[in-house]
Amino acid sequence: MNSPAPTTDYLRQSLGVTERFQRLKARPVVLEIEKLGRQFAGKNGPVTALRDISLKIHRRELVCVIGPSGCGKSTLIRIIAGLDVPTSGRLLVDGKESRGPSSERGMVFQGYTLFPWLTVKRNVMFGLQMGGMSQLEAEGKALEWLALVGLSKFADTYPAQLSGGMKQRVAIVRALAPNPRVLLMDEPFGALDAQTRAQMQAHLLEIWRNVDVTILFITHDLDEAIYLADRIIVLKAHPGEVQEVIEVSVPRPRSAEQFNSPEFLATRRRLEELIHPRVDLVHEKLPIVRLTPVGDDVE
Amino acid sequence: MLSSHWLTVGKEPAASIRFTLTVLSFLLPIAVWAIVSYVPWIWHPLIRVSSAGDVAWFKTGLLVERVVFAEENLKVVTSGGHAAEGERANPVFLPAPHQVAQAFITAFQTKPILRGDRWLHESLWLSIKTIVLGFVFSSVLGVPLGILCGAYPPIARLTEPVIDFIRYMPAPAFGALAVAVLGIFDAPKMAIIVIGTFFQQVLVIGNTVRRHEPALVEAAQTLGANRRQLLLSVIVPSCLVDLYNDQRILLGWAWTYLIVAEVVGVSSGITFFINQQAKYRNFENVYAAIIMIGLIGLMTDQGLAFIGRRLFPWQLNPPSRLGRFLRWLFPQKAVEA
Repeated sequence: MNSPAPTTDYLRQSLGVTERFQRLKARPVVLEIEKLGRQFAGKNGPVTALRDISLKIHRRELVCVIGPSGCGKSTLIRIIAGLDVPTSGRLLVDGKESRGPSSERGMVFQGYTLFPWLTVKRNVMFGLQMGGMSQLEAEGKALEWLALVGLSKFADTYPAQLSGGMKQRVAIVRALAPNPRVLLMDEPFGALDAQTRAQMQAHLLEIWRNVDVTILFITHDLDEAIYLADRIIVLKAHPGEVQEVIEVSVPRPRSAEQFNSPEFLATRRRLEELIHPRVDLVHEKLPIVRLTPVGDDVE
Repeated sequence: MLSSHWLTVGKEPAASIRFTLTVLSFLLPIAVWAIVSYVPWIWHPLIRVSSAGDVAWFKTGLLVERVVFAEENLKVVTSGGHAAEGERANPVFLPAPHQVAQAFITAFQTKPILRGDRWLHESLWLSIKTIVLGFVFSSVLGVPLGILCGAYPPIARLTEPVIDFIRYMPAPAFGALAVAVLGIFDAPKMAIIVIGTFFQQVLVIGNTVRRHEPALVEAAQTLGANRRQLLLSVIVPSCLVDLYNDQRILLGWAWTYLIVAEVVGVSSGITFFINQQAKYRNFENVYAAIIMIGLIGLMTDQGLAFIGRRLFPWQLNPPSRLGRFLRWLFPQKAVEA
């Protein structure tokens, strides 16, 4: 079995991209994770879901976390959101240690989590009012946010009447309305069809360009990660550890045409190497017995 | 080609057939009742004497068993007298449908005979008052406690075991106690309804609230909701529709305790009316009163379902069977809502 040499051309950056990364790294760190670990109690002793995860995310950076199923990427984002508690390590937001959920770390979930009993407008107002803003002021803000994602005319409809893509657009502005430092997104477009997903990715980049927010985005879709991210954090499973942090060499602004650019393809090849095990390394072979007549082969 | 058999699992019949079936579900029992009442050779175990003949103890209008009637006639005929005449009849406790239908009007006109007897409308009003007050008292405590149990496991652990224990004690068993503590008039009756409803209510409401969507709570947490806001702005509204339907079902249970509650202490309300009318052997009034209780219950439930549709506009199609029931009752209006 001759495995190809690991690709390296994904590391090659144009001057513009390098400069961009330098500018990015000069910005203040918004979210910092120090040696984060999470163990769960299992039948045969504790199971380590995450081990020694450390990362720094700078202001207005868009970071994607990618990894095979079971690598603990959902656990990671839940810990950052404050919905789960780490067994070791620290989480710092703007240099201050942070515990428990708060509106400084807004989250968009994979499932639709709009409040079904509230209209679209009131959903967006929710976070603002929890923070003590008056009804009138919150309403004004909510309408501004809805205008930003082109949903003004749906302000008074209930979520059940919206399509999946529209629901997630509302969920994004609902999370953005209370002005979070970090927007956490847990496979937010996973339940959408391919076309809607592509649209939503473009929308997200548009929103991110216009709003002062740092985004941590979890996905298992390689193209999505490359298309969106400044940096991609690749996790590996059992235990969940950082395998590699890739600075995406595809220049911004991103567009759908770049999917076939050399930088994009090189990055994609590298991600595939990291995430998809080579066939010759898969030990599990299905014990299938031939059930079709000879000569009726499908190749 | 879809299966077109009329009985297919989970397949709803067409709207027109559904309506017919609903009507039939009421008409079929009435039809059986009518057959037993009006077809003389079906059941009719008695003879109503129309002419006594020479039987000494027969009187016109007397109901006697068929065997006795035949025996007496045989005796009289063999001794050379006139045979009694009569026609087959049902016992007095089974009035015919038209008699009961008439009783719906006459029952309201039946004068109270003794001092302390009441008109039917007074009795009904008293019963409704007892039910509503008992249910409100129970809900004022039971609903908040149930919500707390559902939202906070420690509170559930503290209260639910003992409530689970008490709810198996039949509410009527507390009757004597209630009278001793609360006197003989209305208070002990409400107490029985409260006891019968409250403990179930806490458990039912608690269960409903426990089934809240955790993802919505998490979403609200990341939007900055504190503990109080989570309970009042997320958990309660997210369960509101189910809580409302629970209350409707619980109100039905409260009705089943009514009859027991009303014989506690001084018998009152619709139960007293029924008992008195049974004593006077006005069984058509008894049936009318029982059916009225059913109708009041049905109408209350339908009314609440109808209100529910307006209270919860975010529901596209309420899944309840009663909701569909309602659309049959108010076809145009409700479909638009």
